[in-house]
Amino acid sequence: MSLTAIVFYVLSSVTVLSAVMVIAARNPVHSVLFLILAFFNSAGLFVLLGAELLAMLLVIVYVGAVAVLFLFVVMMLDINFVRLREGFLRYFPIGVLIGAVLAAELVFVVGTWVLTPEMAGNLRQPTPEDVTNTRALGQLIYTDYVFVFQTAGMILLTAMIGAIVLTLRKRPGVKRQNIAQQLARSPETAIEIKKVKTGEGI
Amino acid sequence: MVESFKNWMMATLALSEPQAEILLKTSGMVLLVTLVMTAVAFAVYADRKIWASMQLRRGPNVVGPFGLLQSFADALKLFIKENIIPAGANKGVFLLAPFLSFTVALMSWAVVPWDEGWVFADINVGVLYIFAVSSLGVYGIIMSGWASNSRYAFLGGLRSAAQMVSYEVSIGFVLVTVIVFTGSFNLSDIVMNQAGGFWRWHVWPLLPMAVIFFISALAETNRPPFDLPEAEAELVAGYQTEYSSMTFALFWLGEYANILLMCAMISVLFFGGWMAPVPALDMIPGPVWMFLKICLFFFCFAWVKASVPRYRYDQLMRLGWKVFLPLSLLGVFVYSGVALLTGTAG
Amino acid sequence: MATLTVTPVVAEILLAVGAMALLLVGVYGGKRTLSTVWTGSVALVVLAGAAVLWSSDQAPGVQEAFGGMLLLDGFAVFTKVLIAVGSAGVLVMSRGYLVKRDLDRFEYPVLAVLSTLGMFIMVSATDMLTVYVGLELQSLALYVLAAFARDRARSTEAGLKYFVLGALSSGMLLYGISLVYGFAGSTAFTDIAAIAAGDGAAGNIGLIVGLVFVLAGLAFKISAVPFHMWTPDVYEGAPTSVTAFFSAAPKVASMALFVRIAMGAFDDMIDQWQQVAIFLAVASMVVGTGLALVQTNIKRLLAYSSITHVGYVLAALAAGGEAGREAVIYYMAIYITMTAGAFAVVLCMRQDEKYSEDIADLAGLVKTRPALAVAMGILMISLLGFPPFLGFWAKYTAFLAVVDAGLVWLAVIGMIASVVGGYYYLRVVKLMFFDEPAASFEPQRDRGVKGVILTTAVANSPLSLLLFGPLNTAAANASRAFGL
Repeated sequence: MSLTAIVFYVLSSVTVLSAVMVIAARNPVHSVLFLILAFFNSAGLFVLLGAELLAMLLVIVYVGAVAVLFLFVVMMLDINFVRLREGFLRYFPIGVLIGAVLAAELVFVVGTWVLTPEMAGNLRQPTPEDVTNTRALGQLIYTDYVFVFQTAGMILLTAMIGAIVLTLRKRPGVKRQNIAQQLARSPETAIEIKKVKTGEGI
Repeated sequence: MVESFKNWMMATLALSEPQAEILLKTSGMVLLVTLVMTAVAFAVYADRKIWASMQLRRGPNVVGPFGLLQSFADALKLFIKENIIPAGANKGVFLLAPFLSFTVALMSWAVVPWDEGWVFADINVGVLYIFAVSSLGVYGIIMSGWASNSRYAFLGGLRSAAQMVSYEVSIGFVLVTVIVFTGSFNLSDIVMNQAGGFWRWHVWPLLPMAVIFFISALAETNRPPFDLPEAEAELVAGYQTEYSSMTFALFWLGEYANILLMCAMISVLFFGGWMAPVPALDMIPGPVWMFLKICLFFFCFAWVKASVPRYRYDQLMRLGWKVFLPLSLLGVFVYSGVALLTGTAG
Repeated sequence: MATLTVTPVVAEILLAVGAMALLLVGVYGGKRTLSTVWTGSVALVVLAGAAVLWSSDQAPGVQEAFGGMLLLDGFAVFTKVLIAVGSAGVLVMSRGYLVKRDLDRFEYPVLAVLSTLGMFIMVSATDMLTVYVGLELQSLALYVLAAFARDRARSTEAGLKYFVLGALSSGMLLYGISLVYGFAGSTAFTDIAAIAAGDGAAGNIGLIVGLVFVLAGLAFKISAVPFHMWTPDVYEGAPTSVTAFFSAAPKVASMALFVRIAMGAFDDMIDQWQQVAIFLAVASMVVGTGLALVQTNIKRLLAYSSITHVGYVLAALAAGGEAGREAVIYYMAIYITMTAGAFAVVLCMRQDEKYSEDIADLAGLVKTRPALAVAMGILMISLLGFPPFLGFWAKYTAFLAVVDAGLVWLAVIGMIASVVGGYYYLRVVKLMFFDEPAASFEPQRDRGVKGVILTTAVANSPLSLLLFGPLNTAAANASRAFGL
């Protein structure tokens, strides 16, 4: 067995195990930590595939930003697990049913999957041979898929507007530091010079 | 040089090629870790000395000549102390956290280039690797804060996580400008792009970005004036409150390894890495220059620590999101625009 | 490498740039520029509709943009103009309501414009990726609008419900898209159509399962039964102006997207998707009608009414072919006039400083506000589909297409549903005209609302005989000019 194969089996088994632990762990913080482990190992799998850019982006975006915020929320919210599990048994049969149907579907579908010759011709972009995958990806995103890329930007803008609309409140009576206002003050408006006579006070 | 060393090993130790490769990598790893650890020991000493002299104190001066062995004495003391785990702590996570922050701090060093070809792992996306690994650093802190089951530690952990995530954003954009400038994610390529004397260094065209990077690096490593996670006046010692002995030492080692890494990054990205400032000095080997530059920037870190008062938390967030983020975004816009117009885009 | 063609997407670019400009104006201008942002948003949407017409004049036939990610054909032009009219109409009547409910903020029109942009992208999409981003853009803006009254538990509940179920439907859609991609090797409609037309497409289980999931995801968006659960709650909980917005333009866009995917990408698999469409149609007609009978809240009633109407449209779609397509867009065009008018009337139901949503409050309206009562009466009878009101022509075209396609039994179910549904529309009419007055609504001063009520009531009245011809021709032309 080659080194690559060993690394692959280690990474993928850890990924699968930690994915199982995400849903099996009793403590929500542990779940998130296992999720991070799963992300990290998937990044390792990407590296094995030679997709180093995707691997790094996975770590930077998901592990470095998304999961941190996730962890924040989970740590701060005091989730009551007893109450969350209350309906568990009641919904268990239907959950199993849906899961089984989806799994059967998947098996059925994947079982019939064949790579027909037309399909290979449908690949929009042949995998480039001599450029790094960073460059190849960049060339695709900014040419053929530029419209989708830009629209994704609009979606993020919308999400940002939405987050602000739904949460930003101007609370009265809160003292805030307004740095521009502080800097804009001049000695004339801020201080008053008075001549104080000895022994009299103001 | 590496190649000849490998051949020598294969000849004298009668090893096959892959064996020699593995042996070479392992010894390289051990060497790198040892060097970084020694450097960290002296960095702590230097930090205290500089700080002390700026406050007209003498600093450590008892253990060894000029107190040089102070750090080792401290380390020894910490090693032989008892490790206390608080009763309410989440044991596994509590113990995992310091190891994580220590390991992560060392991981980044793998891609730092010391000279042409002198790099442990010369990967294509070196910049992104550093960025990715440094974003992992936050987990050690947030996990320790949570697992300690203490309010001080938890608040410190949350503060630090928010701070690191905020400043990583502007660090990311600064990195983008450097990448646009060189047209490569590879750290060695970035250094090679600055060959030919100090007037070719990136710091001149990218001066605003370099300043943002330096300040963000301070925030990213939780150094003063951004040391809010361990703001002793309000949070005792932040996320480290409940840690003792080895686990505490690991946090410290990781922290200083990160600071040194940031110094190395500043020199690689903006100050020509292993390049001599003028070509006439090229006979001095590259690693020496690299080392000197790291020392210089470490001095700057210590200098800032000794002279600047701590930020308030809302000021810190304002600086990150309302000042640095727009500025660095503008930087990306301007520099890529220039690169596009002049046709120098990589 | 694809060349950049901008002409077909001028309207989209206009909306995107305009939305961002309005956002900046709103952020920096604060309260002072609120009116500017509102006027600007309406102007922008109208202008975008005009831009679509201009673009379609620039070149004959189907125009492609961005290397086949989008196209502009007669079908897209018709639906886009419809969307622009629907959005602009609802925006015009929204502000007065929002001011009274203390919700008048500049983000509202900006989000509405962004949502319109998403709808424009949806109806032009010829690639699964474009479909998805367009749909997400449209829905995301709507989720926020649904929760716009953030201090009201019902509004936030509506937003949350809409968001969670919308995310679920997006998940189903994406699952379907990935299956289709796996079995077709491409996300482009042309490539998928080629695979679907090839031998063995009917036995290609992966493709069929993928198709079903995609259609299920879309059925959520058009609120067809059994994916309708969110509709009544969201319609009831969201601010009324937002509900009006939901029921008009987004329905057109989602329906057009349904048509695009079914008749564009999977045209040759009609045997497969027809079953799905028939099932959804029958379920929507029956369940929608049945549950509408017991409603006492006017917004919920209109929600179930919209579900029923979606059922009729889906029946027309199931007929397939050019006639089916024509019936779909024709129906949608008429439907938005009816629903927008009905919601405009709901916006007038204000008494004692509060908005009422109770159907019983409409009692005796003819005595207190005769004009409003007549308008609402016309709209209700039109929704019922009674000749010679406009709604009748919609149903007539739809059932004609269904019968022509040989699905007589489907048309019969539809007609039975219409007759049963007549009960709850006529109940409203009876309340307004024959019962004793229950409440006296404040007089409506908002010119926008008045204008919308007047226009829609006139359009839906028997005068619609004049409108019937040109609209039908336009729909027929649009249906003929369906490109891939």
